[in-house]
This record gives sequence, C-alpha cells and structure tokens, in this order.
Amino acid sequence: MIPGAFEYHRPESVDAAVKLLAELGEDSRVIAGGHSLIPMMKLRMADMSHLIDLQKIGDLKGIRVDGGTVTIGAMTTQHELIENAALQDAAPIMREAALQIADPQVRYVGTIGGNVANGDPGNDMPGLMQCLDATFTLVGPDGERQVAARDFYEAAYFTARTDEEILTAISFTAPKGGYAYEKQKRKIGDYATAAAAVLLSKDGDRCSAASIAMTNLSDTPVYSADAGAALTGSPLDDQAIKTAVAAALNDIEPAEDNRGPVAFKIHVAGVILRRAIERAWSRA
Amino acid sequence: MAKTHLKMTVNGQEVETLAEPRELLIHVLRERLGIKGPHIGCETSHCGACTVDMDGKSVKSCTVFAAQAEGADITTVEGLGDPDNLHVLQEMFREHHGLQCGFCTPGMIIRAHRLLLENPNPSEEDVRFGMAGNLCRCTGYQNIVKAILAAAAEMNAAKEAAQ
Repeated sequence: MIPGAFEYHRPESVDAAVKLLAELGEDSRVIAGGHSLIPMMKLRMADMSHLIDLQKIGDLKGIRVDGGTVTIGAMTTQHELIENAALQDAAPIMREAALQIADPQVRYVGTIGGNVANGDPGNDMPGLMQCLDATFTLVGPDGERQVAARDFYEAAYFTARTDEEILTAISFTAPKGGYAYEKQKRKIGDYATAAAAVLLSKDGDRCSAASIAMTNLSDTPVYSADAGAALTGSPLDDQAIKTAVAAALNDIEPAEDNRGPVAFKIHVAGVILRRAIERAWSRA
Repeated sequence: MAKTHLKMTVNGQEVETLAEPRELLIHVLRERLGIKGPHIGCETSHCGACTVDMDGKSVKSCTVFAAQAEGADITTVEGLGDPDNLHVLQEMFREHHGLQCGFCTPGMIIRAHRLLLENPNPSEEDVRFGMAGNLCRCTGYQNIVKAILAAAAEMNAAKEAAQ
C-alpha cells in the first residue's frame, strides 16, 4: 500500500497555491484532509507528480455566521462543523449530517471542501449543499467565481471546477423551519445506501416551502424540485408524502453495487426519504 | 524521489528523520523512529489500530503522509505511560480485561485518551460512538467500553481528591 512518488508543497496562501497549481500543470493535485485522496493513491488509482497541501492556509479555515449568511472555509473539518455552536444555531442540519459521516478519526481530518469538491457520489455534503441551495467559491488564475451547488456536479468525479481552480469556501442562507438528514448505511464508516436531506417551512398547518436532495442514488447528488413542489402548499399528510417520495424516486438512478441491487436501493431511498420528511416536519 | 528532512515532536521529544514525502506516518513512526505502539492493521483507514494523537486530534496514521506531519506534535501509546507507571486507561484496560489478543489496544487507548479529554463524563453511548473508528476483531467491545468508563470515573475521582 505504498503510493507512487510525488513532490510535496505546502503553500501558505490561496494565491500561492493557485500559482503552484498553474505552474505544475495537470500532474498536480491539491490535498485537504486527504481521506479520499490518500486511499486512492495507496491503491495507485490516483497518481500525481506534485501534491499541494492546503493545511497551512489560514484563509481557508473557519466558520462565519453573519446576518443570516453562513460561510465555511473549505479546510474546516467535519469535527469543527460538529463542535461549532454558532453553526449549530444557524443550521443544525450541518451537525446532524456531519455526525453521520465516517468515524471520529476521519471527521477530525476530513474537510467540508474535500467532501464537496471531490465529486464522489457517496459523499454526504454535496446533497446537503444542494438542499441548502449553497454556493461554492472557486479561485483560479483568472480570479474568483461562484457556482451554485445545484449546478456544480456533472458526473461522478466531474464537477464545474477546472483543474486550475481551488474550492475555497461554501456559503448558504441559514435555513428556517424543520430539517433532517437521514442516512442508511451498512456500518459506521460506510457510504450511504441511501440518504436524504430535507428542509421544510410551516405556515399554519401547511407546508409553505420544501427542499429535498438525496445522496448516493445517482452518479451526482440529486436535488428533486418535483419532490419539494409536491409538499409545498400541502398539509403534509400521507398523500402528500407519497407524492413527494414518488417524485424523488423518479429523479434517482441508483446503480447496483455491493450495497445492493437497484430495486433494493429504490426501496431504501423511499423509506429514508419518508423518515426524513416526517422528522423535518416534526421539527418545523 | 528525494528524501525530505522531517521534524516532529513525538511523545514530547523533538525528532528528526529523512523520509520520502509519500511514506505514511505509520511507516515513519515504526520503521524510522522505532515506535512500535501504533500497529498496522488494515492499512485502509478502517480499523484504527494505527491511531495516534496528532495536534490534539485522533488520526489514523496509515492515512497521513509523512510530509503532512512535518512540524506536528504526536503522541502514541508510548507517550501515555510505561510498564512501571501505567496511565489510568492502561490500568483500567488491564483491570477490566479490555483486550483479548491486544492488537487493537494501542489504538484503542490513544483514541480513548483524546475522547476523555474532550468529554470527561461520557455515557456508555458516547463511548461507543466516540470509539467507532477503532475495530476489535476479537469483538471484545464490552470490556473495552467498561475499561474506558472506569478510567473516566477514576480520573474524575482523582481530580476531585486533588481539589
């Protein structure tokens, strides 16, 4: 389990990292926590001549809640998301999801930036970011640009980020109302068989707004506008939930793997989404 | 590939060594520095036998490159106690038979050390959740959990007695 040889770089600013990435070209990669990349390098499924470690870049760290907007630096770890009181107040769904990622050791090191930028359909944060309608900040040689999480994912491991860009931050408006991140996995540390992120607002006894996204049920995260629309304006009764679940299942395209055949995954997705909707509604 | 000069603090001592950037921290600790407490179990980030404390975090040293650890402050099980002067966690693992073959034990103990620093009064559920990154293939979890809860109680009693 020895990876191929590489040269190691530890820049101390985003500018320096972007410059290195441009100079060293396509044989270089940035590394955040490394808990997706290093296992791939050990299996020699990823190979590069230069590794650019982002650990010393202070600007990439930290959580800011400012006037209802949450901004999280890309190098913020899952553990830091879990421990942050301001984030727990502003967006408790972040902690609920982060606690279901991997195991304690991995959460100390794994970052939100790596989780969303990697493009692995098994990662939990991309679906949650789509549910929150988050925005990603990318910095490259031509400066900074923003991409909506809902437009970021193109296929497994392919995203709107170009090779010369670094994902530096995510931001979203602090959600109101009820929330739930529900995940079915075979064991601690596993990726989801199916997972669902749900945000619901309540006005009187009706649902006034709904956002639904799902994880590991397609080669990208799945934001289901139709599922949200099925709940919006409804009294959130059994019929509305059935319609929303049917709409979401229509948007997913799970593939058979060691977590089960397609029919099983569709079944699990339906169960998990219903649980997430009911829990979010109970908190709305 | 050229070796680079690495400087780290391991168990309170500054150490220097040469290593290729691609070498894993677990290999540097065991093979270059002779620190054999952290074990190589699965080598795939799952089992936690290689867990060390690095800059105040429990990390799997099979999933950290040597180069990433440059400048880090690392504690392994050797840094907690020695045979004549066991750490409370080591005492309690012995007392409650928190090991069978013992292979996972160094990782369990160094992880439990960080867990108790962060949460000195854990419930049984807190311990099970907090130890979820460490596997015991003998499946001796009951006594591992008992040992950690007993260590927490001992440490709290000692703190109270000191006040």
